[in-house]
Amino acid sequence: MKTSSVCAKLMPLAFVLLGAFAVNAAVAADFELALTIKDHRFEPREPVVPANQRVRLTVHNQDSTPEEFESKVLGREKIIPGGAKAVIFVGPLKPGRYPFVGEFNEATAQGVLVVQ
Amino acid sequence: MFATSLIVFRETLEAALFIGIIAAATRGVARRSAWIAAGVLAGVLGALALAAGMERISAWADGVGQDLLNVAILSVALAMLAWHCVWVSTHGREMAQAARQIGQSAAQTDGALWALAVAVALTVLREGAETVLFVSGLLSGESTGLAALVGAVLSGLAAGVLVGLVMYLGLARVQARHLFSVTNALVLLLAGSLASQLAKALVQAGLLDWGSAPLWDGSSLLANESALGTFLHALMGYDASPSALQLGFYAGAIALVMLATRSVQRRAAVLAR
Repeated sequence: MKTSSVCAKLMPLAFVLLGAFAVNAAVAADFELALTIKDHRFEPREPVVPANQRVRLTVHNQDSTPEEFESKVLGREKIIPGGAKAVIFVGPLKPGRYPFVGEFNEATAQGVLVVQ
Repeated sequence: MFATSLIVFRETLEAALFIGIIAAATRGVARRSAWIAAGVLAGVLGALALAAGMERISAWADGVGQDLLNVAILSVALAMLAWHCVWVSTHGREMAQAARQIGQSAAQTDGALWALAVAVALTVLREGAETVLFVSGLLSGESTGLAALVGAVLSGLAAGVLVGLVMYLGLARVQARHLFSVTNALVLLLAGSLASQLAKALVQAGLLDWGSAPLWDGSSLLANESALGTFLHALMGYDASPSALQLGFYAGAIALVMLATRSVQRRAAVLAR
């Protein structure tokens, strides 16, 4: 059908996007931040990161149950199985306080990303 | 227990609305119930498998395996919706005419129904895996009574399905001659929503970082976690604080699907002449 030619037209776009990803991955220098979850609490509770730099956030869930890292303001949402580590990229951000929670245990799993 | 119910409800809602809209968009199409049911079943089975393998997947690709998988799932679901929109725009009309000539009772056929079934399966898979993990965590975790837990999960699930059903029944009341354009518009919005989530997943995985800062914060007007915000998110990808990238993907996906639809229609018209 004619749709195949539409696909053909979109192919170059796909390659440009892939190229952009590759360049991006090579250039990026990210601020590393490690968080742990234990007994459904984040540690540290209020980590401090620099402004205007992308952050590579590693969350280590030391509980046996899964948790969902979630921040509405940051627009992030990611499940971390029990005992597992997950990486979440955030930012670059403007200075401010960005709250996050563990959605599955919101009563205790609270934290704030402090950007300075 | 209410919190448990609410989380299950939120996860269910998005898939249920998706299915409600797809079901309404394919009313009167031969064997559509079987296709949609197959999509849901495949999605549920996939969700169980995905939840079981989540620990391994999380560790892939330096800890962003889950996001890469999400990117793949969203891309395929988006492609399926787009494919169906394009297919229906040409064949839908021919089929409708053919059916009218043979007799009103003849059911339409939809040669791209499989694409919608795949999109349904992927949506159920994505939302379902999170629910399965959440519930399995509760089962192995705190010593809440099993009966209370099952009750909470089932009530959340039922509430989500109910909203999907209300959506479907609401669309069923739309007059037949408007139904096609209404459901088409809703499917387009679903495509936009998938694209916006795709943009988010790409940023979260660290594959893209330009245009990722929120453009504004509309939380005080309509927060994501409010009832209406949750509903609009599931329906059309509402986000209180969207990034430029998300808006670009949203508008871009809708524009691309409309453009592809138009160009295929135009060619079909030229060929028919």
